[in-house]
Amino acid sequence: MTGNGYLVEVNNLVKYFPVLAGVMRRKVADIKAVDGVSFGVKQGEVVGLVGESGCGKTTVGRCILRLYDVTSGNIYFQGKDITTIEGEELRRLRRDMQLIFQDPYASLNPRMTIGDIIGEPLLVHGLSQGKEYRQKVAELLEIVELEPRMADRYPHEFSGGQRQRIGIARALATRPKFIVCDEPVSALDVSIQAQVIKLLKQLKEELGLTYLFIAHDLSVVRYISDRVVVMYLGKIVETADSEELYTTPLHPYTQALLSAVPIPCPEVDRSRKRILLTGDVPSPLFPPSGCRFHTRCRLAKDECKKKEPELREVGTEHWVACHLV
Amino acid sequence: MRETVLEVKGLRTYFYIREGVLRAVDGLSYSVNKGEFVALVGESACGKSVSALSIMRLIPYPPGIIVGGEIIFEGRDLLKLSEEEMRSIRGNRIAMVFQEPMTSLNPVLTIGRQIAESLELHRGLEKNDALVEAANLLKLVGIPDAERRLNDYPYQFSGGMQQRIMIAMALSCNPVLLIADEPTTSVDVTVQAQLMELMNNLRSQFGMSVILITHNLGLVARYADRVNVMYAGRLVESGLTDTIYSQPHHPYTVGLIASVPRLDLPRQRPLYVIPGLPPNLVRLSPNVCAFAPRCRFAISKCTEQRPELEQVGDEHWVACFRHQEIPELTAMECER
Repeated sequence: MTGNGYLVEVNNLVKYFPVLAGVMRRKVADIKAVDGVSFGVKQGEVVGLVGESGCGKTTVGRCILRLYDVTSGNIYFQGKDITTIEGEELRRLRRDMQLIFQDPYASLNPRMTIGDIIGEPLLVHGLSQGKEYRQKVAELLEIVELEPRMADRYPHEFSGGQRQRIGIARALATRPKFIVCDEPVSALDVSIQAQVIKLLKQLKEELGLTYLFIAHDLSVVRYISDRVVVMYLGKIVETADSEELYTTPLHPYTQALLSAVPIPCPEVDRSRKRILLTGDVPSPLFPPSGCRFHTRCRLAKDECKKKEPELREVGTEHWVACHLV
Repeated sequence: MRETVLEVKGLRTYFYIREGVLRAVDGLSYSVNKGEFVALVGESACGKSVSALSIMRLIPYPPGIIVGGEIIFEGRDLLKLSEEEMRSIRGNRIAMVFQEPMTSLNPVLTIGRQIAESLELHRGLEKNDALVEAANLLKLVGIPDAERRLNDYPYQFSGGMQQRIMIAMALSCNPVLLIADEPTTSVDVTVQAQLMELMNNLRSQFGMSVILITHNLGLVARYADRVNVMYAGRLVESGLTDTIYSQPHHPYTVGLIASVPRLDLPRQRPLYVIPGLPPNLVRLSPNVCAFAPRCRFAISKCTEQRPELEQVGDEHWVACFRHQEIPELTAMECER
């Protein structure tokens, strides 16, 4: 598993959440949030993780960060198995891996000044103190294009876009190697979205960061990612280089997902082929048999209902899980 | 000449709050033709939702009040109607679909009861007839097993299904005009596509007009006949969809269109970024161009005077002092 250039690698990751019921709180079922997911993120790469709500993309991100304990499978960081490390070892690992949250309103403590919010990781990890600490906080604010004198203000004094910048500054405080961006721009307005995407891209270049970029907006994911992983109900259905995935999507789900995104240009949009999926995503409590997508797939055959398709390589670094490809 | 269903003229809706007067909508004019799909585009707090609530006369007073303008609907000024007259129009001739279906539906009433209520109220149906009609409406919006599901409560439906129910309720009285306020922001893309197709099909089927309030420029490009772009409570540009996308004349419209990543363009295309933040509407002077502080092309005139809408082409209006030069100046951003 080592020496293959992967900064982060996930091998057959499984995460079930138990459903408890009754007076005895007995386990009656499992929500199969992530059910056998494997992929890697190379040093300096941005991997996009897309899918609809409930497909398990956020759970994958949180498992990698060790915010959830996995049900089975392994997670490697810099070639080392971190699936079960604990205590001081885990604490040190947290410096290298950070998270940027979706909701800039809920993820900042309203009673702390933004200087304290951004500086807290520095104190927790004993990275700096005193004068140097103040200076570092100021630097971090500058990196995300806010003014250092803003450090004494409180989150409510900032707009959504500015708050997201504060969240980014906090994530950068420990000089991490790897950042999980969980829907970092979906709560923002169009013009502010562009500002934050640009900033994330710029920081990645300047600081040599590696991102796992989780989002449901395919055009944003394509813009920032080098490679894209498409998930459906806890499984990977397709993964490829981001240009390739968008020009030649092979899985019927990827095709439908892409065609559902309207293009902000009437001429171009009119000329596109549209595939309309029927129904909603099934419950991850009782995922469909065989291929999990067969209930909504317009091409589904008998085989798809019975046999689960394996993820196989069909082109250079292009993997698909579909019987029909 | 096409029949005009709705005409908003110089609408001004202000909120009197502790910090001062918030001019949420400040001189908004546009019209909607019969069967037309009109988009009202803009970012949060630009006044697009407030303008829709003003049409429905649902502005909470205090602090909000419609201080001026006219809203002509089917030949009558809605602002002059009594509350009782308004009630016969609201939910009947003009219906509305909101952003969050879960908070718009009553959690303790069955779906059947909620749909039947407006049928009894507006169309005078008997209780049982209303339930039969409610089931028909659920079928119309694509809810499987409609009769049985009448007895279900809102929480038993997914977000997409709840929004379908909202659409069914809106359609219950064959409205002439449907106002959809960000109807798909809380659902996934595949469900968004389903809902939009549904609304668009129903529009052609019943010949209603639709006002879609959104910030999603993709949806606008796909469905709208006409686009109204709002900024800080006013229209900055208005025109037919193809015109707006191919020849935007206002720097804000140009910026909005160019700042969205597009699936059909090369990935390396740099993203255009509008600098700064939208203005604070309380502090904004009503006598300047509100976009000037964020505009690359602002001149001194922009901070001394407010640009009014000017016609620049066939059914194309722009509020910008430099509108003649903008297409040329922004040729780079508009390049495909």
